[in-house]
Order: sequence, then C-alpha cells, then structure tokens
Amino acid sequence: MFQASEIKRIIEDGIPGSTAIVLDEANDGEHFAAEVVSPTFTGTGLVQQHQQVYKTLGSLVGNAIHALALKTYTPEQWASAGRS
Amino acid sequence: MGKERVDQIVKSSDVVLFMKGNKFFPQCGFSARAVGILQAAGAKFETVDVLADPDIRQGVKDYSSWPTIPQLYIRGEFVGGSDIMNELHESGELKKKLAGE
Repeated sequence: MFQASEIKRIIEDGIPGSTAIVLDEANDGEHFAAEVVSPTFTGTGLVQQHQQVYKTLGSLVGNAIHALALKTYTPEQWASAGRS
Repeated sequence: MGKERVDQIVKSSDVVLFMKGNKFFPQCGFSARAVGILQAAGAKFETVDVLADPDIRQGVKDYSSWPTIPQLYIRGEFVGGSDIMNELHESGELKKKLAGE
C-alpha cells in the first residue's frame, strides 16, 4: 500500500526543482495519477520526460505501484495551462 | 534472452503493440485503451500478448527501460505507453508517426 504523499516526495527528491501533484485515483493505494512539472523537461520528448519520472520510482512502478497515469509539463506549459 | 527477441519483433514489424491480452480480448484497462487509440487512428498493427510470455514481458521493459505495459513501437522506435499514445493521438502526432512523417 502506498501513499500519494510518499510518491510525491520520491519524485520531487529524484528530480531537483520539480513539483509533483499525485492523486490516489481509486483510493486503493495502487492506482495513482501524477502531474509533474520540471525545468528538466524543457527540450526533451515525452518519452524522456516520463522516463525521468519512472527513474525516480525505480522498481516500484509495475510492482507496489500497479499503475501511474502520468502527465508531464515544462514550467512554461504549466503556466500556459493556467495552472501556475 | 527476452531483449533479443523483442529487438527482432520490433524490427520486423511496422507497428507493434506489446499488451496484456490481444486486440479482441485485452486483459487490462491500459492495454484496452491503447488498442482503442490505434483503431481510432486507423492503424494497421500487430500485438504481442506479454501475459503469454514472461520472457517478453520482462524483456520489453528492459529493452525500452520502461516499467509498464502496454508499449507501442513504430518502425523499431519506442513511442510510449497508453498515456503518451493518448497525448500523441489528441495532438494528431500519432497519425503522423504512423504515416511515417
């Protein structure tokens, strides 16, 4: 069983300068959704952005974390999405 | 072992989706969503059922250093999982990749 707050901490610790919003979608400690904003995404493709996030979580995803629906933003995208 | 077989598969097919189950009987919501996206984009694609082959199931994760299933490959290039497929489909980018633009 995992807490959204734990996943948030792991991602933010793993990607300096990032901000993560993590929701336990099904309230079951296994299926989560995360939005991650980071300057390290600027100039990289979606796959690399998601891989950066997965790297912080190591072997958790696909095991303790059954599913993680992920959306990544550069700070500019986040601001233009009116979410800053 | 699994990685070499994955390499062979992705290099020998234009569009291949590694998924749980198959087109007609997807065994997981994310895999079903990926199949739906490819069908909506009018793609001709093959599927590989990772549930039937534990070697491939691990091999494909190592191959792309991507921890989850489904995984889409177009002409040997790893495109993403269902989240990225959805974003690319919504932006029209997926149709371009399928058409080889």
